[in-house]
Amino acid sequence: MSKAAELAALIANVNKGSSLANKNFIINGAMNVAQRGTSFSYAHDGTTSAFTLDRFKFIVSNTDEFDGTLTQATDVPSGEGFVNSLKWTTGTAESAVASNEVMYIEHMVEAQNVAGLRYGTADAKPVTLSFWVKSSITGTFNSGIYQSDGSRIMTKTYTISSANTWEYKTLTFAGDTGGTINDDNGEGLRPIWNIFVGSDYTSSDSTSWGSYSSATWGYGHAQNAHATTAGATFLLTGVQLEVGEKATEFEHEPFETTLRKCQRYYIRRNAAGVYHYFGSGHVEAVNAGRIYTSFPVEMNHIPVLETSGTASDYACYNSDVDACTSVPNLTNASTFETGIQLANSSNAFTAGRGCNLLANNTTDAFLAFESEL
Amino acid sequence: MEFKNAKYINDCTDSTKDPYITIYAVVDGRHLSIPCVVGNRYYDQAMKQVKEGTLTIEDAD
Repeated sequence: MSKAAELAALIANVNKGSSLANKNFIINGAMNVAQRGTSFSYAHDGTTSAFTLDRFKFIVSNTDEFDGTLTQATDVPSGEGFVNSLKWTTGTAESAVASNEVMYIEHMVEAQNVAGLRYGTADAKPVTLSFWVKSSITGTFNSGIYQSDGSRIMTKTYTISSANTWEYKTLTFAGDTGGTINDDNGEGLRPIWNIFVGSDYTSSDSTSWGSYSSATWGYGHAQNAHATTAGATFLLTGVQLEVGEKATEFEHEPFETTLRKCQRYYIRRNAAGVYHYFGSGHVEAVNAGRIYTSFPVEMNHIPVLETSGTASDYACYNSDVDACTSVPNLTNASTFETGIQLANSSNAFTAGRGCNLLANNTTDAFLAFESEL
Repeated sequence: MEFKNAKYINDCTDSTKDPYITIYAVVDGRHLSIPCVVGNRYYDQAMKQVKEGTLTIEDAD
């Protein structure tokens, strides 16, 4: 190759975007980070809204018999550098999709990361959503972007042509000159992937930006068989949302880079052993101790603390291992660090000593800090 | 969000300081310590449900 040809190829590659770091507004688009676990079962309890693989949320509403599982799967498009995907598998099928039933996957992008799209101005920039999808059922599916601050939405349809075959899809959304994205830590844009959609959600045209109503959510969606077919599957990976009218090569990044991005919204510390140490602090009184812990990144907002819910899974080591009599609680929390309050109503602690919060002879203990949008 | 067993938690070393530092509740099956901070979506939702009369939060011990 001549020097001129090499230079042309280099410029073309740069223009394609493959050398641009942090171009993807989506976090964990390769589905590699799974702090909450790798398999999630959803019972037929009608309505569920829960995070699954990091940053990706699953919502099902108003169903009756329907249930299934979401997993981190190793089924991926070949030759694209992916090792994981998010896989839905229908368990018990719904007898029929009623007008108010819906299931979708969504991903909320923090507003200040997309405020530069200048929505609400004449300079509003387009974005392109690209992803790999594989489905046991072919047909026309809806995907879109919801804009929280302006309560607006734009959706598109795409076609899955071949069953059980990875297909690459790109959808471009115009800049919204009438929209709003605040420059803050709230929700900015929310890409959605509808899997089945009742007729209540499909009657209003949302193929250009406009005010949100439930009728706009899945306009044009025409395939609901994932609800009514036991064993039906829907897989997603390689999700990218970027500025511009063309999709570029997926931005692979080191695992630890993606993990740090995810930890702005969720941090989980599992007990690695039956007496795992979660952190150190001091005993303030015979019934109370505190430990302190810093977060690896500043969290989106002051988080909630999730525990196992069983007080005796946790103990305070302050010369002896004294079981907690209530589950650990947050105290003096900020977005950078927090105190965690330990309690023993039997006054078993020794005031003035240092202490550790540890798992009490179990690996069921965990601490999870959540500040999802 | 479905809240169960919601209860205020005091600073356990000083009930006059930082009253009601958190709310402990089982939210959609998850055991959460929720900071009493406006803007936290769990706290805001709990306060909304209290105002609507659909949630009662037990006082701290």
